[in-house]
Amino acid sequence: MSTFAQSQANETFVLNLGPQHPATHGVLRVKLTMDGEYIVEAEPVLGYIHRMHEKMGENRTWAQFLPNTGRIDYLHALAYNHGYVSVVERAASIEVPERAEYLRVITAELNRVSSHLLWFGAFILDLGGFSPLLYAFDDREHILDLLESVTGSRLTYCYFRFGGVYNDIDDNFVTGTRAFIKRLRGRMPMYHNLVTKNIILMKRLQEVGPISAEMCRKYGATGPVCRGSGINFDVRKHEPYSVYPEFDFEVPVYEQGDSMARYMVRMDEMEQSLRIVEQALDKLPEGPVMAEKVPKILKPAKGDYYHAVETARGSFGVRVISDGSNTPYRLKLRSPTFSNLSLFGEACRGMLLPDVLALMGSLDLVIPEIDR
Amino acid sequence: MNCAAIKEKLTVIGVEMVSEAEYARKGFALDVQVAPHLLVAAVSVLDAEGFFIEAITGVDWLGEQAALRKEAEAKVAAEAKAQPEAEAAAGEAPPLVSQPAEQGEIPEDALEVVYDFNHYEGLCRVTIRARLPRSKPEIATISSIYPGANWHERETHDFFGIIFVGHPYLVPLLLPEDADFHPLLKDFRS
Repeated sequence: MSTFAQSQANETFVLNLGPQHPATHGVLRVKLTMDGEYIVEAEPVLGYIHRMHEKMGENRTWAQFLPNTGRIDYLHALAYNHGYVSVVERAASIEVPERAEYLRVITAELNRVSSHLLWFGAFILDLGGFSPLLYAFDDREHILDLLESVTGSRLTYCYFRFGGVYNDIDDNFVTGTRAFIKRLRGRMPMYHNLVTKNIILMKRLQEVGPISAEMCRKYGATGPVCRGSGINFDVRKHEPYSVYPEFDFEVPVYEQGDSMARYMVRMDEMEQSLRIVEQALDKLPEGPVMAEKVPKILKPAKGDYYHAVETARGSFGVRVISDGSNTPYRLKLRSPTFSNLSLFGEACRGMLLPDVLALMGSLDLVIPEIDR
Repeated sequence: MNCAAIKEKLTVIGVEMVSEAEYARKGFALDVQVAPHLLVAAVSVLDAEGFFIEAITGVDWLGEQAALRKEAEAKVAAEAKAQPEAEAAAGEAPPLVSQPAEQGEIPEDALEVVYDFNHYEGLCRVTIRARLPRSKPEIATISSIYPGANWHERETHDFFGIIFVGHPYLVPLLLPEDADFHPLLKDFRS
């Protein structure tokens, strides 16, 4: 008899996943305590790309922090731009011209689609399907080209300014965006036929990694994670900001709470974002894209201000405390994936390792945003 | 979900101050100042009402007391300056320094812990603040009520050195595992 067979049935071992592992999307390490094939405990280890953005915020002027926001979540940078400029505009009582708000919504929603497309490709890649990634990146490339023509960059955007946006759009952008909407709408049925209805994908995702609504609440999960657990919570509807109330769109909610539900939420959200962009292009008002008389040296009134926006991964909140000087006294970044990942340890107890990778992919992790 | 009802319930347990913040201006609806020993009770109220936890963080108010005192002194000095003009007419000598030097220590600066809660249904963001003395920043953990607080408290401990009493695993989360510094303290020097 081998020593293995003699050991007690509940003997466990530790399996190290990451920090560099293709399925961890960046430098995340998970310490897994395993009982055979099953997970007894999982402890995510963070901080590998921690840059202390909050301290940087205290060391530079309000405007100098703007480029940082695009680097917190590099996949949905414009929403982070949006959160930060909104809170500073709230603190300094800056009115934003309507056209600028429309442009913010159009670009932020396109950015959301590009983020979801990347997630879609990478998620299927985690599950072992390679080709959808190439299709998703093909579509995503169109968005990057469009956004590059307006914002000047392809990934870490810094397009919004206090009081507006940095650049107006031109006709090429409008026709390009309309063409893209048509294109993606044509591609979605193909994605659903080839991927969503694929029996292997269904078996890998359905009833795998259940997250209950109560668990979401206790851990503060937001975004597609909570909407996949039957919670109808979207900051764009719940706490409307910018010009979102003017658009007709739905918040996809699925009750099942499994990885498939979270997958479906994001797939449906792409269509809703396209609807918003389409309506915004139709209604786009004329006018300036920057508020006049925004002071060069900003000194918001003393006080404590909060603003939340809906990013591709959930509710991103910024709390700024101003002491009336030209630098923030304190800047707190509440990032959604930090909370979404914190429930991981509880959610994956008793699961098989490959299922845990499916669950992790369905959380849509962006590590720089967790570590900040 | 009704913000006024929450305010009522929080007032009952005896928190120091619940004020309704102007939402459009501030971005949160209720601003709650709570004594450290009442924190768990206040958070339990929110838990029973179905709130979810958004974030926990800290603020270092280093130098606040000195600034307050300076402000008070300036005020007294301004008054003293204004007085002689009235009294000069009466021919009286102005008192040298009035009250500001009633000496004693400057009260200790505070480390503030800020808890943000929000509700999935109604629009009612509740901000709870507890002030701790800078020399002994200790407060009870709420990770037994909200397991999600576990990481937020670890992060706050990393950045501010605030000790969450009863926390099951208060080791560095984002900083290196042997970190003995707290970068968001205002007197931190790298």
